[in-house]
Amino acid sequence: MTLASSRVPESAAPAQPDAPLQRINAPRSFFRGFGGTAREIWQYRELLGNLIRKELKVKYKDSVLGFVWSLLMPLVQLAVYWLVIGNFLGAGAIPTYGVYIFCGLATWTLFSEILSSSTISIVFNSGLVKKVYFPRELFPLAATGAALVNFGFQLVILLIADVIAGATTGKWPDLALLPMPVLGLLVLIVFSSAVGLLLAAANVYLRDVQHLITVVLMVWFWVTPIIYNVSRVSRALPHWAYQLYLANPMASVVFSFQKFFWPQGKGTAYEFAGNVYGRLGVLLVVSLAFLWFAQRVFAKAQGNFAQEL
Amino acid sequence: MSSNPVIRVTDVSKKFVIRKDKSLKERLVNARRSKEHAETFWALKNIGLEVDPGHTLGLIGGNGSGKSTLLKIIGGILTPTTGYVERRGRLAALLELGAGFHGDLTGRENVYLNASILGLTRAQTDRYFDSIVDFSGIEQFIDTQVKFYSSGMYVRLAFAVAIHVDPEILLVDEVLAVGDEPFQRKCLDRIKQFQQDGRTIILVTHSLEQVRQMCDRVVLLESGNLVVDGSPAEAVRHFREVNSELDQQEQAQRPHLLTISNPRTVGSDGVSRQNYPAGTGIGVEFEVTAEREVADWAAGVALTDASGLLVYGTNTVLQNVALAPISGTRTVRFRFDQLPVADGQYFLDLAVHPKTGPNYHRIDRAVSFQVENESTDPGVLALTPKIEIE
Repeated sequence: MTLASSRVPESAAPAQPDAPLQRINAPRSFFRGFGGTAREIWQYRELLGNLIRKELKVKYKDSVLGFVWSLLMPLVQLAVYWLVIGNFLGAGAIPTYGVYIFCGLATWTLFSEILSSSTISIVFNSGLVKKVYFPRELFPLAATGAALVNFGFQLVILLIADVIAGATTGKWPDLALLPMPVLGLLVLIVFSSAVGLLLAAANVYLRDVQHLITVVLMVWFWVTPIIYNVSRVSRALPHWAYQLYLANPMASVVFSFQKFFWPQGKGTAYEFAGNVYGRLGVLLVVSLAFLWFAQRVFAKAQGNFAQEL
Repeated sequence: MSSNPVIRVTDVSKKFVIRKDKSLKERLVNARRSKEHAETFWALKNIGLEVDPGHTLGLIGGNGSGKSTLLKIIGGILTPTTGYVERRGRLAALLELGAGFHGDLTGRENVYLNASILGLTRAQTDRYFDSIVDFSGIEQFIDTQVKFYSSGMYVRLAFAVAIHVDPEILLVDEVLAVGDEPFQRKCLDRIKQFQQDGRTIILVTHSLEQVRQMCDRVVLLESGNLVVDGSPAEAVRHFREVNSELDQQEQAQRPHLLTISNPRTVGSDGVSRQNYPAGTGIGVEFEVTAEREVADWAAGVALTDASGLLVYGTNTVLQNVALAPISGTRTVRFRFDQLPVADGQYFLDLAVHPKTGPNYHRIDRAVSFQVENESTDPGVLALTPKIEIE
């Protein structure tokens, strides 16, 4: 990717006459070119940082509360679910139910934010797409980055909740389990970036995608064990359907967070008994392959973005 | 052409598909038919060109001739359907309005974002920031969201960023027209400086005057085809000819009340010829035929040089010549005792028209002739100054 490196400021002196010509937007075969794009993206990392900053700024521009909104939403959700599901509907038997929900809510918020903001990222930034060239993958990636920043704040809330729950119940998170949510987070990022890339490209050609995704996300939310407990699902579904249910990548990600951040559930009937590490390992490999595939599809589609917008 | 170009365009074609339905429902409903209903057209057909470092290339052509598409393909924003583009060096593009600003961000934030898109680090942008703002001349509004900017302010800021990122190749699409006069002059000065630094500029414009001033090579596109690739004078002349042919076709379909015919130039001796030595007299004669009697009429001539520059023009109204009503055929003669112009080829446009209102008949480049002048002084006029030093 010497094209990108020639844009690196240090080489900003007038063109060296012996520098070779670089082919712009050279067509690459479907199976090759991932590495090249990845290197190119790495060269544009400072721009990625700026795009993430822009993303965060634009989202809360002209609003008084700004960032508070991205915290308020999951907190209000937490309060509603805790009150309605936990108390009115009697799911309160789950110990420290608030912490339990928030493990799921925090990861879910990250997931849904990555998907919905990646989907609109190309269309939303059409002004830039039509005017300047840089790897288009940066737009969905910047959306992912901005979502991760918000997730950071939620993680702080989750830790505070853990401290309060730990002080009242005497059960503290087991540091030996720390790699589990880290692996879970990794799976979430890789998987949702891959889906986000596909959706971002699809949305350019078909604006229905951005509406469709909100519907899909709503269904997806309810088939993920966030506010109810997976033990009920295993009783309600036949074996094959339950296995299908567990194949949902978000289920394993939520389990990984619950294992570490919700020590109060340890040893109870509410804890997921399966092999979380094994599931996450398989998911990571599958997600990486999926990310490769998604990037190649994106690369094929991106040549026509500027004319479709 | 040199073997060491900065931009090489090889056999580039671009096909656009115009589909009018966008929603899923429409696509499903029209799935069968959409292939038939999709219109395709070729915005560019087999374009090949090379640009050497330090040159300023102008792209001209009518609306929809593919100029902007070609520029976008060179900039990497569009991918060609077939063929490819190669280039080297850092590139900054000023396409249409602005170079990719986000309306919700302030001018300051956009400068940083835009500079990093064009490849500057934050530290470098910090260093250039004052100079960028200074050049744009909009200090007052730098912390205002750009969606509140006027189009002129927008372009000022975009241009200021683009020239500060130190590009080796600058693509400019029609943007300079938006700025006010002083800013345009400032930009042109800056572009001249760019040229002197040996950088490459590709300019899309409708201002033929600008093309003549700034470019050393011009490419004329016509509905996606490269028609002329040559000197500005040559391309501009061709472009004008195409346009006036169209005009004349249109005119030919309209019946003329008055018609010009048989235009020719004559020397002071009344003999028609091709070459006129400087300092001798020259006249232009043509016949005007009236369909019926016309009282309100006037005749005019315009002298242009090979590049299309208007050298001189006049008509019977400006000269306060009262014309009697015309019927039948009359001969009109304009005579000049001498023509103090530089050596070269010249053209005369002829027209008959009412005192105010559209022409009855007009012929561009009705006659051409050669002026022979031994003076090699630059310029259109050939004067003979007396120089005294005291």
